[in-house]
Amino acid sequence: MQHKVIDAKDVVIRFAGDSGDGMQLTGTLFANLSAIYGNGLSTFPDYPAEIRAPKGTVAGVSGFQVHIGSGKVNTPGDFCDMLVAMNPAALKANAKWLKRNATVLVNEDAFDDMGLDKAGFKGNPFEELHIEDRNIIIAPITKLTEESLKDSGLDIASIHKCKNMFTLGMACFIYNRPLDYVYTYLEGRFRKKHPEMIEPNRKVVNDGYNYASNIQAVADTYTIVPEAKEKGIYRNITGNQALAWGLMAASEKAGLPLFCGSYPITPATAILEELVIHKNLGVKTMQTEDEIAGICSAIGASFAGSLAVTTTSGPGLSLKSEALGLAVMTELPLVVVDVQRAGPCTGMPTKTEQTDLNEALYGRNGESPVVVMAAHSPANCFDAAFNAAKIALEHMTPVLLLSEGFLGNGSEPWKIPSMSDYPVIRPRIAKADGTKFQPFHRDEKTLARDWAPAGTPGLEHRVGGLEKTHSGVLSTDPDNHALMVAERAEKVARVAEDIPDLVIDGPESGDVLLVGWGGTMGHILTAAEELRSRGINASRVHFDYINPLPKNTREVLSGFKKIIVCELNSGQFEAYLRNCFPEFDYIGCDKVQGQVFLVRDIIGAVAPELLKEQED
Amino acid sequence: MAKYTFKDFKSDQEIRWCPGCGDFSVLAALQRTLPVVCEEKGIDKDKIVVVSGIGCSSRLPYYMDTYGFHSIHGRATAIATGIKVANPDLCVWQVSGDGDALAIGGNHFIHAIRRNIDINLMLFNNRIYGMTKGQYSPTSRLGTVTKTSPYGTVEPPFNPGSLVLGAKGTFFARSIDTELALNQEIMLAASRHHGTAVMEFLTNCMIFNNGSHAEISAKDVKADRTIVLRDGEKMIFGKDRNKGIMLDGWKLKVVTIGEDGVTEDDILTHDSHSDNLGLQTMLAEMRWPEFPVALGVIRQVPAQTYEDEVARQVEEVSAKARIHDMDSLLVSGSTWEQK
Repeated sequence: MQHKVIDAKDVVIRFAGDSGDGMQLTGTLFANLSAIYGNGLSTFPDYPAEIRAPKGTVAGVSGFQVHIGSGKVNTPGDFCDMLVAMNPAALKANAKWLKRNATVLVNEDAFDDMGLDKAGFKGNPFEELHIEDRNIIIAPITKLTEESLKDSGLDIASIHKCKNMFTLGMACFIYNRPLDYVYTYLEGRFRKKHPEMIEPNRKVVNDGYNYASNIQAVADTYTIVPEAKEKGIYRNITGNQALAWGLMAASEKAGLPLFCGSYPITPATAILEELVIHKNLGVKTMQTEDEIAGICSAIGASFAGSLAVTTTSGPGLSLKSEALGLAVMTELPLVVVDVQRAGPCTGMPTKTEQTDLNEALYGRNGESPVVVMAAHSPANCFDAAFNAAKIALEHMTPVLLLSEGFLGNGSEPWKIPSMSDYPVIRPRIAKADGTKFQPFHRDEKTLARDWAPAGTPGLEHRVGGLEKTHSGVLSTDPDNHALMVAERAEKVARVAEDIPDLVIDGPESGDVLLVGWGGTMGHILTAAEELRSRGINASRVHFDYINPLPKNTREVLSGFKKIIVCELNSGQFEAYLRNCFPEFDYIGCDKVQGQVFLVRDIIGAVAPELLKEQED
Repeated sequence: MAKYTFKDFKSDQEIRWCPGCGDFSVLAALQRTLPVVCEEKGIDKDKIVVVSGIGCSSRLPYYMDTYGFHSIHGRATAIATGIKVANPDLCVWQVSGDGDALAIGGNHFIHAIRRNIDINLMLFNNRIYGMTKGQYSPTSRLGTVTKTSPYGTVEPPFNPGSLVLGAKGTFFARSIDTELALNQEIMLAASRHHGTAVMEFLTNCMIFNNGSHAEISAKDVKADRTIVLRDGEKMIFGKDRNKGIMLDGWKLKVVTIGEDGVTEDDILTHDSHSDNLGLQTMLAEMRWPEFPVALGVIRQVPAQTYEDEVARQVEEVSAKARIHDMDSLLVSGSTWEQK
């Protein structure tokens, strides 16, 4: 049948199903093929902690949201244009994210009495959710997949596993996506171990595509025409992968082998999984017996001359606190990555938050300052990791890099840089000069000490957790301790000389300054743009460096009447800024739900009247 | 390569152990062994790293003129592991007390042994927490009265040997602090062993647990209450060299040569190189008064080490790979070009 093709600037699609339905894969494939097609995009996987939560329940729903646009896309989108719901629970869990004119594609076969009952529906689910006015496509996806593969020779369980591919095919038709990428992916995935699965999957995708083109329910299809982007080679990358690559890039630029000691923890595990692949670049990784051994083995590797890293998430960072203090005291270079998740304690492991900032800044005994930085988008994790390693090696300090579950699992297209665009990293390797090595003798400018990796001839020395003098002798002298405390703090403070100034997006002074740090950048940026487009004079500034703060922070803040600090916690950065610059007034725009901001959350904090207009 | 004497391994730091502490003599043995170690391995002393945790014995790295790392409580094994994996050319010696290695650091201890990291792990066992002034440790005997067990402990102790062998350790040796010659002998054996070499030194704490090993180490009883195991030698001990260890079914028993028809031929011959965990475990678990306490190298068997395997994989994967730098990696896989 003939379909009207609508030219859309951007669309948001949410794939949702049981945690065993393969929705993360479907979403990832859809995102990747859109990236290759040339669209801008941002993704947001939202899944439960359980690998196979109770089937059919709302708690077990796994979702993957992808926002595709003609040009650059900065957020995964607040509300969706299309929801794919593989079962009633997925519909129930996600109905609240539907736009007024959204399309809902449901798998009819899962909407039987049992399925409806498990999701807690009493009658018509669309009426109960008040979404009966949306464009609803009811397709018997399970049966169609069975039909598609009835001659494939596969058993019924294997056939049912392919139904996400049927869905993908339908989505590809509706959004005019080329299927070639899917075919290439299937080849690569199954060629070695299960070549017999290539053809069936290919057929199902194709049948899904054709089915969508034949049914009346699909009235319109959409194209999202890619805008011309900056020339270059692109790839789609997740934050965790970018972070791992950034560390490897730093290792190359520093001429030092990379060592990572880590213990698996959601949502940071993928960094270790990525690093372990690249032994060809000399990367050594250890999956240690616990979080403490992760950081301690890294500290040992640092003492032995490696670029040393440990990666973790909130609860793991708590376990590493004492050892991080050891790295502060021994003034060894170390990168600690915390991919934050919802806490406290185990909290909500698969949900995103920015609640570890206070822990990063203050979570150690004694006065033990570390450099604290944050990544602001999935692709930016590459630069953030590179810069963290550079600072650690050049300033002889541990650096704590904060990422977030949203960044680690989320992805975006990335214009591939050339390593020649990145600066050389100059580790402070000591050279023997015949005099006795003084391990805590400091550089006048940076206050950083020199690094004499174990094994360097003539520089034998001892380090440890006890307070020492510059020459490395144990000391409990009151004045020496006061001096060393002050010097360690000043050394971290002077990192400010090496970090870029804040750049204001929007007017340099005015009524409203939106302040953010970390993974909220895309949302704040979108909100600021929208506010300006509607006549509100809002500027925006984003902090990649938290300790120390950029040198022009006070100057920037002084230009605005209202400073609104947006963050996914109860106001930790706001309190930090107030502590650093008490002369300004701050307003918090906080959210602690284990979810990213909606752009409207931020707009609401600045101009609630605009939201009302939207609703009217 | 330089030639060293024990003086080359003495640092300029003032030693802060209590007078009469058993740690002094183990330190001296280490300083006397390392010149031989350097010579045997053909290395300079900058390749020697001494790592410790927290506790009295963990102060040892400060007294050695080598690379040293006095770390945090319980974590010496994890730090030593990182050092060795990062640079397998380093010769790593660890010092930990019974609290450091077996209480707070118990997890790292067993996992280093399981991985068989090539480190020499000196366990100073004085059965007490000295640095915190006298609390019981995981090796304190049941019923020990200390500041935190005024009515006696109600928890049985670990036997470090059982723990090492239970984790399929590839090397375990035991000695007593004052046995300078034997200490050097087992340190040298540990250095020659490729893998985690655990040496238990029964040390005396003059202040909080004085005489903790005296029942076996006192001069007048030592010969009857300990047995030094040496490869190829019969397990014979005693002042009169007339007592021996033999197998009695599945168990060991102490016999007197010349009594009940027992001859020297019936006595077991020690073989630390055999992979007989059962027998070696029984030997490690011998306790006075039923048995003499076994000293010397009880077990040393070859096995692959973790750091060698890590290095091998790096080498093998690199040899096969087409990508050897970041620029090639960045453009590999699924990419597209914007023209």
